[in-house]
Amino acid sequence: MSTQVPGNPEDFPNDGLESLVADWASDQKTFKNVSWGKAMMWIFLLSDTFIFTSFLTGYMTVRMSTTVPWPNSSEVFALTIAGNHIPLLLIAIMTFILISSSGTMAMAVKFGYEKNRKVCGILMLITAAFGASFVGMQIFEWTKLIVEEGVRPWGNPMGAAQFGSTFFMITGFHGVHVSIGVIFLVIVAVKVLRGSIELGRPGFLTGRKGNYGMVETMGLYWHFVDLVWVFIFAFFYLW
Amino acid sequence: MTGVAHDETAYAPPSEVPEEELYHPKTFIGKYIWSQDAKVIAIQYSLTAIGIGIVALVLSGIMRLQLGFPDTFSFIDPSAYLQYVTMHGMIMVVYLLTALFLGGFGNYLIPLMCGARDMVFPYLNMLSYWVYLLAVLILVASFFVPGGTTGSGWTLYPPQSILQGTPGSNWGIILMLVSLAFFIIGFTMGGLNYIVTVLQARARGMTLMRLPLTVWGIFMATILALLAFPALFVSAIMMLLDHTLGTSFFMPAIMSMGEQLDYEGGSPVLFQHLFWFFGHPEVYIVALPAFGIVSDLISIHARKNIFGYRMMVWAIIAIGALSFVVWAHHMYVSGMNPLFGFFFATTTLIIAIPTALKVYNWVLTLWRGNIRLTVPMLFAIGFVFTFINGGLTGLFLGNVVVDVPLSDTYFVVAHFHMVMAVSPVLVIFGAIYHWYPKITGRMLNDTLGKFHFWATFLGTYAIYYPMHYLGFLGVPRRYYAMGNTDFIPESAQAVNASITIAALFVGVIQLVFFYNLIVSYFRGKASGGNPWEATTLEWQTPDTPPKHGNFGAELPIVYRWAYDYSVPGADLDYIPQNQPPKQTSQRDEDAQ
Ligand code: HEM
Ligand SMILES: [Cu+2]
Repeated sequence: MSTQVPGNPEDFPNDGLESLVADWASDQKTFKNVSWGKAMMWIFLLSDTFIFTSFLTGYMTVRMSTTVPWPNSSEVFALTIAGNHIPLLLIAIMTFILISSSGTMAMAVKFGYEKNRKVCGILMLITAAFGASFVGMQIFEWTKLIVEEGVRPWGNPMGAAQFGSTFFMITGFHGVHVSIGVIFLVIVAVKVLRGSIELGRPGFLTGRKGNYGMVETMGLYWHFVDLVWVFIFAFFYLW
Repeated sequence: MTGVAHDETAYAPPSEVPEEELYHPKTFIGKYIWSQDAKVIAIQYSLTAIGIGIVALVLSGIMRLQLGFPDTFSFIDPSAYLQYVTMHGMIMVVYLLTALFLGGFGNYLIPLMCGARDMVFPYLNMLSYWVYLLAVLILVASFFVPGGTTGSGWTLYPPQSILQGTPGSNWGIILMLVSLAFFIIGFTMGGLNYIVTVLQARARGMTLMRLPLTVWGIFMATILALLAFPALFVSAIMMLLDHTLGTSFFMPAIMSMGEQLDYEGGSPVLFQHLFWFFGHPEVYIVALPAFGIVSDLISIHARKNIFGYRMMVWAIIAIGALSFVVWAHHMYVSGMNPLFGFFFATTTLIIAIPTALKVYNWVLTLWRGNIRLTVPMLFAIGFVFTFINGGLTGLFLGNVVVDVPLSDTYFVVAHFHMVMAVSPVLVIFGAIYHWYPKITGRMLNDTLGKFHFWATFLGTYAIYYPMHYLGFLGVPRRYYAMGNTDFIPESAQAVNASITIAALFVGVIQLVFFYNLIVSYFRGKASGGNPWEATTLEWQTPDTPPKHGNFGAELPIVYRWAYDYSVPGADLDYIPQNQPPKQTSQRDEDAQ
């Protein structure tokens, strides 16, 4: 084997397939401008994608294998406001809120990199508030289903029992994701607002210093949770 | 090359990765219990895995007692037997092999071999171990709950796993599923570390194609695990819900003990698909690290570069990718559409190609090598034998028509023990003999090691070879006793008795190994830093055992691949990866 230099990053071509090959053939880092935290988050999300895919595949399978008709989702998820029966109203609002929160999150990342810690922190708190209200509405939706419509994980008056079981399981799992996101958003926001990042204060648990890359990593997670919601929305409410 | 040639670091690009912030604890507890040092975590993982593995070994001994000498031991009743089978299989596959290869060897070797100071997220890495320990404790707890552990087989197939009548259908199965969920969470924390460390924290000059194959194997296995465990996680959650809340994901309408149950419309085959989408890659999660390690053992102890390094890397990648599209070969008898059977048989046979290629390359590495028959080398060669053996029976079982009669017989038991039980375990033994000097600074006793090898290797053949024959006779798997199976001749019992004697012998022989581990720790011959004269970075550390941070003040710079053995014209028969090229040798190589 030869002992030649594995190439200096400055000599690398900057675009296209060639630079991809150059990065994978280089030493030290495969993804050149990607921090460890960000790389980890991407890989975690890939793994998490497999979790949600398995859930949704399970849902589709039981929906096809069950012998009883599936309840009509636009009927079940309708709200009656001032005498008007509006299908999917609550879900539309929830979806809108979650998508907006992705917008505020993206802005938080931008202001983070501009070291504007006030705006960055506040935007993260707004994102967290959106997330919390999403979870709140989800609790409302669940309560309505359970109390008014009589839907239970093991059965419901409208049709196939798997309707309730898959619904509670998958939206519940997603809701847990959102809630965890909210908690971490608040933690990172407090870190940012207190200036812990500029001061290089060691973290409470890990004893390591933070940086604004954390905000972006947090953002990746948040966008992912949104994206998953879009799929859940399509599969549960529109199918 | 003029001008820069005097500065040898010019052969490597400048540093891109900042120095890692390490947290150096002062207290004993901080150093050895709540440790964030990957090497300590590795030892914690290994000891826990071996500890629970011994439980599984003892269980197999008890099963063998029953099979070899039926009606002799009153404490083994049919449901206890099923519980032992289940726990034995599950512990061996998940809690021993997966944890030991990835949590144990992965943690110890990845940072050292990549030339990193530690894993990239030491805190997460520490959590990973503690969650794993929690999972093990939950598993152990299931032995003591009312009704005992689950007895549904390690595949946990519903409906039977959660119906009355299967042992442990109340608490046992719940704890099993919860424990698996925790295992997966803990593993994910570690797995993210292993992947990011390999991808983003290598030393200067360490390209992916200069990594030792050990790292490649562990790396690919970790990717498989991160993508395969989700399916198990999801099926565990769904089964828990079926059991506790009465949902019907996996449960069709069913009569049990004369009663119509409340389940309706679920799909038991869905569980099988999810389980094997995890289960088949799991085989390679265990096999790929073994492949990687054995490649390095063979190359080092044959003083020859590994044959076809690039081919080996690509084979690992190809096997990893293919392993996701073969899962339903475990379901030929589950009533699938025959066309599926055809598809999965084809992919299964295709995966044999890169696998066979690796076997050829091991043999070709040995070919005319300067073989040193050290204990690790003996185990490595033993692995090649058992692996070929298990691989060939895999070709039988991969074909639908052959599998249907052999399914659920001892032929299957023989096959998978050869290919994924004995083979990886031989590699683990070899690897422990190989790296023990680095971990402790002392050599393991050679004579005891050789005895251990021959007893284990020949013993396992005595156990599993006859099982193929039993399988052809039709002896079914997971049976407590033969009963009125007239088609099985009386003589099968004699074979069973001899297998049991061999199994007990092999089990007891392992005490020699543990004795060796413990005594050598205190009295073993001092090993020095590089007893095997190996090239890879872990042997070039300034201290043995390496201190926290691994490489002292300066991180190593890598100038060559991991397999410079017996290079013509070099002073020694190995050139460490971090040895700078001499000016002359550079010219020599250009001339060649
Ligand atoms: C001396 C060592 C070992 C002995 C004597 C042994 C023996 C046995 C026996 C008697 C059975 C039950 C067969 C039946 O009744 O169907 C079994 C099942 C099994 N063993 Fe082992 N075994 C050993 C090591 C291992 C190892 C290292 C692994 C790791 C992969 C392993 C994995 C399994 C699995 C997955 C099953 C199937 C469990 C099930 O059917 O649910 N065994 N073994
Ligand atoms: Cu398989």
